[in-house]
Amino acid sequence: MNKVLEVRNLSKIYGPGCPHCIESTGPEADTNLCPHCGSVVAIHDVSFDLFEGEILGVMGESGSGKSTVVKALYFDQAPSGGEAIFFDGDTQHELFALNAARQRWLRNHRFGMVYQNPNLGLNFNISAGGNIAERLLMSDLMDYGAIRERAKALLARTEVLLSRVDDLPKHFSGGMQQRVQIAKALATQPPLLFLDEVTTGLDLSVQARILDLILEIQQELKTAMVVVTHDLGVIRLLTGRAIVMKYGRVIETGLTDQILEDPQHAYTQRLVASAL
Amino acid sequence: MNAMSHTTGGNAYNFGFLDEYAKKEIRRAVLKAIAIPGYQVPYASREMPMGRGFGTGGLQLTLALIGPGEVVKVIDQGSDDSVNAVNLRQFIEMTCPGVSTTTRTAEASLIQSRHRIPERPLTPTQILVLQVPYPDPLVVVEPSEDKRKIMHGEADYSRLLVKLYEDIVQFDEITISHRYPTRINGHYVIDPSPIPRWDVPRLDHAAALTLFGAGREKKIYAVPPHTRAEPLAFSDVPFRVEDFRDAAGRRRACARCGCTDSFLDEFSSDAGEKVYQCSDTDWCDEKLLRKESLRGEAA
Amino acid sequence: MSYVAIKGGGRAITGAAAVTEFLRTEQGLGNPAAEPLEIDTILHQLRHLVDRVVSEGGVYHPQFAALAVKQSLGDTLEAAFALRAWRSTRPRLTATPPLDTSRMRLIRRISSAFKEIPGGQMLGPTPDYALRLLRLELIDESPDAFRAVARDWLGSCPEAQLPDSFPKVLDALRAEGLLPPLPHPRPLSPGERGESSAFDITREPLVFPVPRSAALATMARAETGSLLAIAYSNMRGYGDVHPTVAELRVGYLPVLLPHPVTGELAEVGEVLMTECEVVAMYAATEPGGKPVFTVGYGACFGHNEVKAISMAILDRALQKGMQDGPANPSEDPEFVLLHVDGVDSMGFASHYKMPHYVTFQSDLDRLRTTQQKSGEPA
Repeated sequence: MNKVLEVRNLSKIYGPGCPHCIESTGPEADTNLCPHCGSVVAIHDVSFDLFEGEILGVMGESGSGKSTVVKALYFDQAPSGGEAIFFDGDTQHELFALNAARQRWLRNHRFGMVYQNPNLGLNFNISAGGNIAERLLMSDLMDYGAIRERAKALLARTEVLLSRVDDLPKHFSGGMQQRVQIAKALATQPPLLFLDEVTTGLDLSVQARILDLILEIQQELKTAMVVVTHDLGVIRLLTGRAIVMKYGRVIETGLTDQILEDPQHAYTQRLVASAL
Repeated sequence: MNAMSHTTGGNAYNFGFLDEYAKKEIRRAVLKAIAIPGYQVPYASREMPMGRGFGTGGLQLTLALIGPGEVVKVIDQGSDDSVNAVNLRQFIEMTCPGVSTTTRTAEASLIQSRHRIPERPLTPTQILVLQVPYPDPLVVVEPSEDKRKIMHGEADYSRLLVKLYEDIVQFDEITISHRYPTRINGHYVIDPSPIPRWDVPRLDHAAALTLFGAGREKKIYAVPPHTRAEPLAFSDVPFRVEDFRDAAGRRRACARCGCTDSFLDEFSSDAGEKVYQCSDTDWCDEKLLRKESLRGEAA
Repeated sequence: MSYVAIKGGGRAITGAAAVTEFLRTEQGLGNPAAEPLEIDTILHQLRHLVDRVVSEGGVYHPQFAALAVKQSLGDTLEAAFALRAWRSTRPRLTATPPLDTSRMRLIRRISSAFKEIPGGQMLGPTPDYALRLLRLELIDESPDAFRAVARDWLGSCPEAQLPDSFPKVLDALRAEGLLPPLPHPRPLSPGERGESSAFDITREPLVFPVPRSAALATMARAETGSLLAIAYSNMRGYGDVHPTVAELRVGYLPVLLPHPVTGELAEVGEVLMTECEVVAMYAATEPGGKPVFTVGYGACFGHNEVKAISMAILDRALQKGMQDGPANPSEDPEFVLLHVDGVDSMGFASHYKMPHYVTFQSDLDRLRTTQQKSGEPA
């Protein structure tokens, strides 16, 4: 199988940092806040690989650093250390060595992101179709008719009523906003998609339909995905492999079935037990 | 009072009003603007004795570039005799002894204009200075200058293009009338100043240098000669200039000179009828003269 | 036809100037006692008008400021504008180093933070506690009575031995460790050598983010009303500076310039200034560091207390915005610094009176086309 993403020793520290930050934080220390300098060690030493068409789960409670991982990879926040290589056909991109313009190019052309808060992924002051058009325009498609057709096709695929293509997403329900976000993320057919708690806060029936949609897309387009969630149900349904994070560190990694059926780390055991 | 002894009267001022350090700074900004077509070069715009918004940016360019022997033309709305044009021209005459002024586009070596590019194509020996109220086309989608600078650097104009998309969705037309965003040399998008769309194609591969001066916003930018200037548009929804056809589809003509290929001003006559006339008064005068001399030959 | 109306633009401008000049001198019509307003009269009797114009004009030239007031018929925006335009014709020959405001020759000095301050409170000339009742007797003031007032006041003044300088209230707080250390560079004294490291807004454009000295310089020559309005928004609740005026001082500041030969600083004159230092909400200096009060600074030419206070509050608000990101307009450097200049804003507001018919023609074209299309069947 082709590797899409290789992440090594990713770390992110908020604050000045000091020589004691790493040893004083993490699951053993039971905190991510350095008692010496007050810095927050959001993630440290996170490594994983992602393969074509694969869905990798990143699970953990709030404060575990799981969202920081995807925000760093999608260039929302610069990491403090580590590296990541994106394999795009025959080309390799060392993500954090690229300049801002190249990073923006990758974001617009090759990556997609769906945020928990649709406010972050959508511009609420332009129409649903306009949101998709923006991403297509970023990738240099300059034909109005073609942009319009593609926007409609994407909204149809994500089950948004076509009669609403020219409405503002701020008037949409939460579930529909997430569908528009997914359509926008998929607009350029990216080989890599990041999903950050995309079903959190939605009704159960709405959640189920969105998760189905994500699975269908993965099967149709062979998109590789990193799914960040605290919801074991989402992990179970979507992912083949998963990593478990606590206080910024990876504490367990493996096949999803294995982790859920036979968790090794005490924390994972508690997490799985509490969900049953 | 002794403080009064070194003042009053145009003669007390330096040639070109500004002190020489200010002129040097402006010339440096102009060189940079030409070297990076379409890039807005910040400069320490000086206060001029006329209001911000009345052409202080254009005037500083004119005064920094002008030299003895220069032939200057100043127009506003296409007219040499509009109040603001008269005011600026008188100021240039007062502070630049040895400089002559003209209303003839063909004779001018330096043309300062507000809202129009002359109809007559400019030549390589002419410089056009346009007065600019809003230098940044991105201001409609991003209020922060700091963020706009990054967007320009990365040529990230997608939010501006989305505005065009939304326009077509809502109105079936791009509704931008003047100040039409125009991409220069394939990278920077400029606000070409409030010229009508009619004038935008004349920036493309023009023979003359066009300089843009925004005094209040403290920016200078340029479209050098023979440089691409492309109005933003979709490949299947082309950019269109103002339409001067009547209900029957005939091109309206200037009521004065009969010209059918110039930008027209529309107004109501005292009798309440719509009248159309050339906006460029020199162009109109020239057409009229030619018409009369032709008539003279025929008679 | 209206086309013709714009012909004769030159004549119209000359006419407008002539009628304005008529209004300035109209009082002299058939009135042999009428006299032109003397510059000296403006300097003395309308001194706050002059103060405002030197401050907003950004040139310390009280005579020219008074002249500008006279020729603009008392319009402060126009007067400051004329002073600025005059300034554009002057080269910058040299720059002062940071000056020491504790050396000011004070006419007024108060602190609202302490009942007593070293050197004492000095109320000086202020309308703060005056009853704002119309003094009808001034309508017909006799020249003799006018001349007597100043003479009598001086005669009744006790001889007071005022010190040359007063300590700054903030220095005491700083010595106690309640304030952050003084930012460098340290003010210099005569005989020392040094030059300005401050941002010169008249010679360099503001490219954001800008240093604090650029923000202070911009506010120092800002239009008073604009500065007050944005500062007031912060005071009312669109912000949380919560200032205490540690010290407000008005007086004459000695100006030092490097001697052209020796390079040593020498006193060349003095300028009337207002300076305000506010102490605001405390903050930690660095994570884990001791918290200290924060400081806002305001200073401008002339006697303009409301302006200096507004500036000090905005300085504090902007420092907060630069550090944490702006939470409201008064903390946003671009919002504040690009909207307080009187010459910029009044010019742009006025420019809307100029002809715009080419652009309006273009607008008409778009609207008609759009109307036409919306009338067509889809």
